[in-house]
Amino acid sequence: MTITARPPAPRTTPRRRRVIRFTPRDIAVIGLLLGIPVVLDVALIWGPTLASVALSFTSWNGVTDIKPVGLDNYHNIVSNYPPFWPAVRHNLVWLLFLGVVATPLGLFFAVLLDKQIRFSRFYQTAIYLPVVLSLAVIGFIAQLLYSRDYGAVNAALGRTDNPIDWIGDPSINLWSVLVLVGWRHVGYVMLLYLAGLKAVDPSLKEAAAIDGANEAQTFFRVVFPALRPVNILILVITVIEALRAFDVVYAINRGRNGLELLSVLITDNIVGEASRIGFGSAIAVILLLISLIFIVTYLLQVFREDRA
Amino acid sequence: MITPDHPTRRTILRGAGLGAAAFAVPALSAALAGCDKPDEGGSGGSGGGTVTFGSNYSDEVPKKAIAEVLAKSGQDVKINTVDHNTFQENITRYLQATPDDVFTWFAGYRMQFFAAQGFATDISDVWTEIGADFSDAMKAASTGEDGKQYFVPFYYYPWAVFYRKSVFESKGYQIPKTWDEYKALAAKMKADGLTPIALGNKDGWPAMGTFDYINMRLNGYDFHVSLMAGKESWEDPKVKQVFSLWQEILPYCQSGANGRTWQEAAQSLVAKQTGMYVLGMFVGQQFPASDAADLDYFPFPQIAEEHGQDSVEAPIDGFMVSAKAKNVDGAKKLVKYLASPEAQNLYAKGDPNNVATNKRADTSGYSALQKKAAELVGSAKHISQFLDRDTRPDFASTVMIPSLQSFLNNPKDVDGLVKQIEGQKKTIFTS
Repeated sequence: MTITARPPAPRTTPRRRRVIRFTPRDIAVIGLLLGIPVVLDVALIWGPTLASVALSFTSWNGVTDIKPVGLDNYHNIVSNYPPFWPAVRHNLVWLLFLGVVATPLGLFFAVLLDKQIRFSRFYQTAIYLPVVLSLAVIGFIAQLLYSRDYGAVNAALGRTDNPIDWIGDPSINLWSVLVLVGWRHVGYVMLLYLAGLKAVDPSLKEAAAIDGANEAQTFFRVVFPALRPVNILILVITVIEALRAFDVVYAINRGRNGLELLSVLITDNIVGEASRIGFGSAIAVILLLISLIFIVTYLLQVFREDRA
Repeated sequence: MITPDHPTRRTILRGAGLGAAAFAVPALSAALAGCDKPDEGGSGGSGGGTVTFGSNYSDEVPKKAIAEVLAKSGQDVKINTVDHNTFQENITRYLQATPDDVFTWFAGYRMQFFAAQGFATDISDVWTEIGADFSDAMKAASTGEDGKQYFVPFYYYPWAVFYRKSVFESKGYQIPKTWDEYKALAAKMKADGLTPIALGNKDGWPAMGTFDYINMRLNGYDFHVSLMAGKESWEDPKVKQVFSLWQEILPYCQSGANGRTWQEAAQSLVAKQTGMYVLGMFVGQQFPASDAADLDYFPFPQIAEEHGQDSVEAPIDGFMVSAKAKNVDGAKKLVKYLASPEAQNLYAKGDPNNVATNKRADTSGYSALQKKAAELVGSAKHISQFLDRDTRPDFASTVMIPSLQSFLNNPKDVDGLVKQIEGQKKTIFTS
């Protein structure tokens, strides 16, 4: 589309004339408003992503020359890097736990609080509180609770002679951490659902009641489907939280010894003194691919429903 | 909104952000604080002008001690303090960007690695002046792969087996000289209701000290060096033997080591729940002042007779001059001052958990523990720097930490463990 100072030709319809009438200033404004996000998007998201993909086929310590190594990094990750498979497993367990336990629990609390029970403000605050705690505080709390020799949990259980090693035992420490993570996630989910529930038109519930639906039926057949936008949002948040999980395990024991996660392995290899940048990038690409599986599935779903 | 490349972008930004934040903020605060330096313009002549000093002495005690030392340097020094771990993790980016003229670093392989990358200024000329004050072992630890000196040693802290004198006296325990005596003592302690050996390996590095010592006592210092340099196979029976000796004492160690910090383990020694603790001299930081005199140590027991107790693990901290230093003359003058007995005496007073490296440093003000440490290291034939300082940082952090933790979790499968280490070692050392 071009801008023109010529008087409109008689043939043109008024509608088209309106389209043509972009002043240079309009173009500049549009260009600026679209251009800045595009530049930022390319510079901050696509640029680094593509750079990571490119680096994943190289060996680089951040100092000497970049050396292409083909698929070696990927080969080494799957066959010669013991923490990798546990990390994948832990990420998936994390996702399952959040999706199957923590998120439904958040919904449950939201439904209870929505019933205007007594002290609901207090419960709301108490459940939401962990969300605002910083990761450093969570790590500190974990230490206080779970420490084998001085922790509160063992003291409460009376296990002082043969204490349970909540954080040090790699067969149980993931679950100890997931309890903390769930504690945080439940509050987050609850708040979102609470907002969603407040937005559900009460007349829907009344109509269902008049039709003779009991409470469970009303919830599952009427209210829950009406929450669809919130459900999608929460599904997305749950997946993102599970795949980007990092802070809590890093604060607890730097994500080692049973708490390996893909994000931690990336950090260990790239950010630390180790500087195995090519190798770390390859793990990052693998995590990207896993994320893509969820995102593509989700987008396909959304498009299909929009079309229907 | 979904960002498909979340982890990637996050990681890169974090790296950049950490680096920027870690170095920008302290630099700024130091710049502000630098206005009121008392010795401004006091130096003059060659080597005058401001010298910037990148410091990882972030804990309270060392931070204060080094500030006092630098204040008496007669030069205008701007200190940029960065959290110890952050400094270490960002060292590559730091040295590539705008490093300070002088920066704190570690001796041995860790120093050689960066010197070989061209990040350090050759200070052999400083060494011609200060060389006489240092032992040969100190000089070797300061020398790069090309035979030039890049490092000035400041202090060291030996690793040994720490114990409480009062516990040993009350139970009549004798200092074990050999491995068998060590095990016998541990068995006796166990019978007395003590947990014989404290162990906290949550951070991943404390157990490296035990590995190093068993390895050096069994196979000798030279084997340690070449194993760390990637020249030996980890599947060598000599290495397997190290792990099987370690297995022998594991029943006497605190269980659940991977969940315990070294500080918690030290507290168990303070509380007399455990009898012995293999750690660096910094274990003293955990002792209340009233109990400090009760802390003592003995060198790690002998295993193979031909090696006796001839090696000491004593990491050396010191200083390097960066290749990008703006004030090279001033920087050299400063490191020369830091190598002097005066500077080191001053520091040892402020931070008594270390020992000065200079032979002429005044030891009269030392605590009994410091005196003993100086003797131990002075009489040692070999000084090792600790596993994570004697080998490539990527090997130490991404291979050895998880491997030793998995050994403590599952001590039985030594063959599988060394096979994994060897496989990863090959890819790392050839990259």
